[in-house]
Amino acid sequence: MRARGSWRRRDLSKQSPGLTERPALGGSLTAVGRKGLQEWGTEKILFLFALSAITGLALIAFFILHEGLPIIISKGLQGFVLSTDWAPSAGRFGILAMIAGSVAVTGGALAVAVPLGLGSAIALTEFCPRGPARLLKALIELLAGIPSVVYGFIGLVVLVPLIRNVLGGPGLSVLAASVVLGVMILPNIVSISMDAVLAVPQSYREGSIALGATNWQTVHRVVLRAARSGIVAAIILGMGRAVGETMAVLMVAGNSVLVPHSITDPVRTLTSNIALEMGYAAGEHRQALFATGIVLFVFIMILNAVAAWASRRRT
Amino acid sequence: MFSAKTEQAIAKSLLWLCTGLTIMALVFIVGFVLVHGLPGLNLSFLTEQPRRMGKEGGVFPFVVATLHMTGLAILIAAPLGVGTAIYLTEYTRESKLTVVIRSGADCLAGVPSIIFGLFGFVFFVIRLKLGWSMLSGGLTLALMVLPTIIRTSEEAIRAVPRAYRDVAFGLGSTRWQMVTRVILPSALPGILTGVILSIGRSVSETAAVMLTAGSSLKAPLSPLDPGRNLAYHFYILATEGISKSNAYRTAAVLILAILLINFSAYWLMRRFVARRS
Repeated sequence: MRARGSWRRRDLSKQSPGLTERPALGGSLTAVGRKGLQEWGTEKILFLFALSAITGLALIAFFILHEGLPIIISKGLQGFVLSTDWAPSAGRFGILAMIAGSVAVTGGALAVAVPLGLGSAIALTEFCPRGPARLLKALIELLAGIPSVVYGFIGLVVLVPLIRNVLGGPGLSVLAASVVLGVMILPNIVSISMDAVLAVPQSYREGSIALGATNWQTVHRVVLRAARSGIVAAIILGMGRAVGETMAVLMVAGNSVLVPHSITDPVRTLTSNIALEMGYAAGEHRQALFATGIVLFVFIMILNAVAAWASRRRT
Repeated sequence: MFSAKTEQAIAKSLLWLCTGLTIMALVFIVGFVLVHGLPGLNLSFLTEQPRRMGKEGGVFPFVVATLHMTGLAILIAAPLGVGTAIYLTEYTRESKLTVVIRSGADCLAGVPSIIFGLFGFVFFVIRLKLGWSMLSGGLTLALMVLPTIIRTSEEAIRAVPRAYRDVAFGLGSTRWQMVTRVILPSALPGILTGVILSIGRSVSETAAVMLTAGSSLKAPLSPLDPGRNLAYHFYILATEGISKSNAYRTAAVLILAILLINFSAYWLMRRFVARRS
């Protein structure tokens, strides 16, 4: 960093009268050589910077695997991924119930967020004047940054008692987690699918209207089909966020290690399993939590790959 | 079944229902927190020490920890991210390598925060022996916001018209001079938008910070001090039943901070787009 700054200062001083006073070709070999060296150095440093993200990803993958893989190997897939028996003190680490929990909660979140989000996106892009639509989109995007702990808290003080009183059970449940997560990923889904719908060329709509279709027929037979891959990408990104969310789920899902049979059952997800027990885990138990992280990581990477594939197909 | 007109009317009302519910849900969340949290919220809440584990008093140390970690994260991630974006746009051609760099950043963006937490714990806290500290937390957050900064800076730099580059080269500037004197100044609002969004993300992050920064009640003055940020403190207040009114107040502080941060990012973005067109 410091080195880069000093190059720049040297350039400035040399060029102070203006860019025209540069040495003519072959005029000063040392100056040209130094400049070439500076450029070469800058490029190499920027290249190293550019490797930061991929290095970070590689480090994360390496350390999570390094910490978690031994236990998967020693317990086998059978005893780890396909078992529902999670008893860390007895050395049994089956995470099937947590996988089921993550799947249930993510499915529930999508059931809440996809209809609402897609519906809003269509209404705002196709049936709303431009000004108000933009304003509402901005409002929705503004809310995308609300910390997940706040979503979880509202779920805890509003939704959980409501579910307990109306549907019975402990209140802390698949349903509570699904609604909280669903609302949480709504801004992302609305914003990305609005972009996808807006990217459909106006001529498609005009063509369809000219053939005598109503606006709605145009929307669901032409626009939605043309925007399909963008919408799929929006949904998958929302899904990734729902699978990976920790704090909000931790606060409202109840966290019992059970395969849920109804939406009012409490569940524990992969993420909350890590967050709950990391504080005191040691030895094999800690390895098992890292192994839970591996499973989560694999899930997310698959979703990322699908999302990348969907958005490549769009262009 | 229905005529096309009735069908459209039904569809439209359903779509508006969805929109109404979406906006209501989001406004409800903000409204609920502000209604319960704003009364009794004053400046001294931010500047006072907490008493009895946060049951009484303010949140001063947690504000310090939040600013400390966010500052470190941005200080680390912004040069790396902007540097990456400059390299990708100005110093190289599209190749296998750029594809790998970009998809690496995309993958990193999708990694859940608890995984960042696990990694930060085993790498920064244990392997590099930084302990539970602001530095461990800041480094973890830096990695987390890096993709956002890369993505937004790259877009901002790409939006600078080609002619600017041609003119700079035509006047005999080197590539680096062109970047620092022409490209960066005119891409600055776009880059800042990414940085501000990253600030927002660092402020509201809980899971990763919980595993890397510890949960001390003292204000962390050195980067090697442990501390809890505002979001994690709020989580503890809310789930351990310490104080509901202080929990609401802390939530209100968080929400106001995030709205302010996101609003300024949005405002900058609008200005940037307006200037471009």
